[in-house]
Amino acid sequence: MEKVIEFIIRVCGISAVIFVFAIFGFVFWEGRELLISGEFNFWKFLFTKEWYPASESNPRFGVLALIAGTASVTVLAMAIAVPFGLGAAIYISEFCGSRLREALKVIIELLAAIPSVVWGFIGLTIMNELIMKLFGAPIGLTVLNGAIILALMSVPIIVSISEDALKAVPDSYREAAIGLGVTRWQMVYKVLLPSAKNGLLAAVLLGIGRAVGETMAVLMATGHAVHIPFDGTPPFFHPLDSVRTLTATIAAELGETARGSEHYQVLFVVGILLFSITFAVNLTADLVVKGIRDK
Amino acid sequence: MKEKKILCQVLTTLGFATAAAFLFPSCGGGGGAGAGGASKTLIQNAGSDTMVNLAQAWAEAYATVDPGVSVEVSGGGSGTGIAALINGTTHIANCSRAMKDKEITKAKNQNDAEPKLFTMGLDALAVYVHKDNPLEKITIAQLGQIFGEGGTITKWTQLGVKASDGNDEIIRVSRQSNSGTYVYFKETVVSKGKEFKLGSRDLHGSKDVVELVGKTPSAIGYSGMGYATEEVKMLRIATETGNDAYEPNLENAQSGKYPIARPLFMYTLGDPKGATKAYIDWCLSEAGQKVVVDNGYIPISK
Amino acid sequence: MSTPPTENSMRFAETELVRKKQLSERIAQFAFLMMTLAMVLPLLLIVTYLIYKAMPALSLGFLFDLPSRGMRAGGIWPALLGTIYLVVVSLVIAAPIGVLAAVYLNEYAQDNWFTRIINLAVINLAGVPSIVHALFGLGAFVLFAGIGRSVLAASLTLAVMTLPVIIASTKEALSAVPMSFREACWNMGVSRWKTIRGVVLPNSISGILTGIILQVSRAAGETAPIMFTGAVFYKAVQKGDVFAYGLLDQCMALAMHLFTISTQVPGVDEAIPFATAVVLLGTVLLVNAAAIIMRIILRTRKKW
Repeated sequence: MEKVIEFIIRVCGISAVIFVFAIFGFVFWEGRELLISGEFNFWKFLFTKEWYPASESNPRFGVLALIAGTASVTVLAMAIAVPFGLGAAIYISEFCGSRLREALKVIIELLAAIPSVVWGFIGLTIMNELIMKLFGAPIGLTVLNGAIILALMSVPIIVSISEDALKAVPDSYREAAIGLGVTRWQMVYKVLLPSAKNGLLAAVLLGIGRAVGETMAVLMATGHAVHIPFDGTPPFFHPLDSVRTLTATIAAELGETARGSEHYQVLFVVGILLFSITFAVNLTADLVVKGIRDK
Repeated sequence: MKEKKILCQVLTTLGFATAAAFLFPSCGGGGGAGAGGASKTLIQNAGSDTMVNLAQAWAEAYATVDPGVSVEVSGGGSGTGIAALINGTTHIANCSRAMKDKEITKAKNQNDAEPKLFTMGLDALAVYVHKDNPLEKITIAQLGQIFGEGGTITKWTQLGVKASDGNDEIIRVSRQSNSGTYVYFKETVVSKGKEFKLGSRDLHGSKDVVELVGKTPSAIGYSGMGYATEEVKMLRIATETGNDAYEPNLENAQSGKYPIARPLFMYTLGDPKGATKAYIDWCLSEAGQKVVVDNGYIPISK
Repeated sequence: MSTPPTENSMRFAETELVRKKQLSERIAQFAFLMMTLAMVLPLLLIVTYLIYKAMPALSLGFLFDLPSRGMRAGGIWPALLGTIYLVVVSLVIAAPIGVLAAVYLNEYAQDNWFTRIINLAVINLAGVPSIVHALFGLGAFVLFAGIGRSVLAASLTLAVMTLPVIIASTKEALSAVPMSFREACWNMGVSRWKTIRGVVLPNSISGILTGIILQVSRAAGETAPIMFTGAVFYKAVQKGDVFAYGLLDQCMALAMHLFTISTQVPGVDEAIPFATAVVLLGTVLLVNAAAIIMRIILRTRKKW
């Protein structure tokens, strides 16, 4: 009997590995015909911007604009979330008392729990009008809208991992610095940040992973237009343009494609692309974290 | 301590049971459509977003007509419904376009039954602008130039008007590819074989389009006329410059004067039987057609 | 400067340098505080605004009524019920697997490359985008296993997605049980599994439950994974019917309902999507708060 139980425990133990492989396997399987068919050109897939997957006469599968959409929203979100997240982590770990710390951590944890469809709804209703009013933009469903929402969504993970990283810096470092008569700000800037930099990097990477993979919020908030928000004229990057992300494209189009059609398969190929991106990001973050622990 | 132990035992036993069930999921499944545990007769109804509200209204009303039948409605686009019909996961497919030959062949090959078509009503596709936009009418050709790939109209001044917020750029609001509305608009307005210009906001639902146009003074979009709100204006549409422009309404659509009205279909695999047949018959009855009018669509003329 | 100098600071002469240092210190503290508030305030503002907009529609009846007039009015009962079904079924699937996986990782696994791979897989599973889970659920459960779009398929997808949540928190709870507890048992000749069942699990059960609660909140809020695996736009349900969905039926769900009424249904009373958002948000936040409270009680009551 006990042998059986231990066998089951072992099977459950490796379930995560099974599922990761199964996810990759099934997503790949559904998209396989297109991938191995001679017609599919991977470079053309990645580096052209014509996305006409449903065209009768001339279907074209270029995801460059979708990648640009994902990238622009993610980068802008990180530009907002990283400084604020780090600042909040520093405040929580270095500047405030233990009661306030607990309260702030609880609130940030709750922030992480808000469902993405609620964020999307907020983007669609509240933020849309706010952006139109504040920036005089003709339309509020933009890169900026999605980025602010993604920033709020990924800030909790950045805060909690950064806080862990700061906590991992030995107190003797702090005491030595304070003993030399520096202010706490100088200590944070000159001592804590450099010694916690790997953990902070991991925090940012996990934030990026979260932002790249987010679906419903960006589907509803970024305007869903196949458009590259970069061009040759200053300021080169237009946060008030609408874009469409890789994730949103799958969510919007998958429901209506017939199984086995090229359109259906190319969406699974996009899924493989997304899986690979987040896998790489998470793997790097993990290696970075392990790197600190081994030290 | 004792309760804790019991709790643990419950947890572990549950664990074994479901772990086993989980490792062999195909044993439990395989039922497919309608094999659920509920004792009610189930009708699955999937497809066109244009029709989803109508389909939902029918389903809601039918619950009082025959409480023994439960109707499931899902949207996603005509393509979804047809795909589900072909895959055998729905009883009725709602379509705002006719099935393509390719799809009919596929349905026949996979299921050994011919798809059967029912015309349930008419939908006039309205072209919407913001209510403060001075534009009143537009021609099909102009719409093609605005929405089509390679089209030259990108500014409101090219149409001789100014958007109320001063933004001259025309913000195009479209639908995600493969919704019946998208396909119909592409074929009748953008013209066959041509594609939409990239860069339009491709929204998920018909309502989304109208809401966004209502909030965006420099936008233009298309959607079923049943979706009109007070924030938007429906343009009168002429086939060519010089021809009369007609507004989308019941008479113009039924008489065919309004150029972009289309039939709404339901498809079944083979002749419908039993509950499904009763349901479709009811939808086509006077009571069912009243629901059509109530939802802003045009009933079939008997 | 406005505060009276304390005994301690009197000993130092207040030079220009000290004043500058104090100023920079205060500026830094203020800046960090502002950054923190910028994270915290949105939550409060958003919740307040959502509740304010939702007020006209919120009532007990809203929870238990059927949607009416083409989902433009009425309540959200079928969606609420569907979410409960999805959460319960996914929990029944994910909880045992997750708990046992954590037991394996914490109690059986040696510290070697294989265990590292498992841990890595857990982390990556948590990082897989929800829409990729949806693709997986569609490919594996709906099509390959032949379950079809159903409560079961959607729940399986949610279970896989939320597995890492349970594994992580259970592992934490297990590792909080002191090694000496186990050693005491082993020395008495009790087997590994009996030790786990008799000592380790009972002593970490509250921590495990916290993880399970977090799984519930995660599963209740997700939209993307259920969109293609079992959630429908509308399903006719009788009022008060608690057993409206079979395992192989499709169902409505709160998150999906919010998405459809805010993008697809015309002429919805403005308060209704807001009220739906509030119910969804409220459910998730309450469940989370429960987990947090449980954790705090746990921490203060620890016996060892």
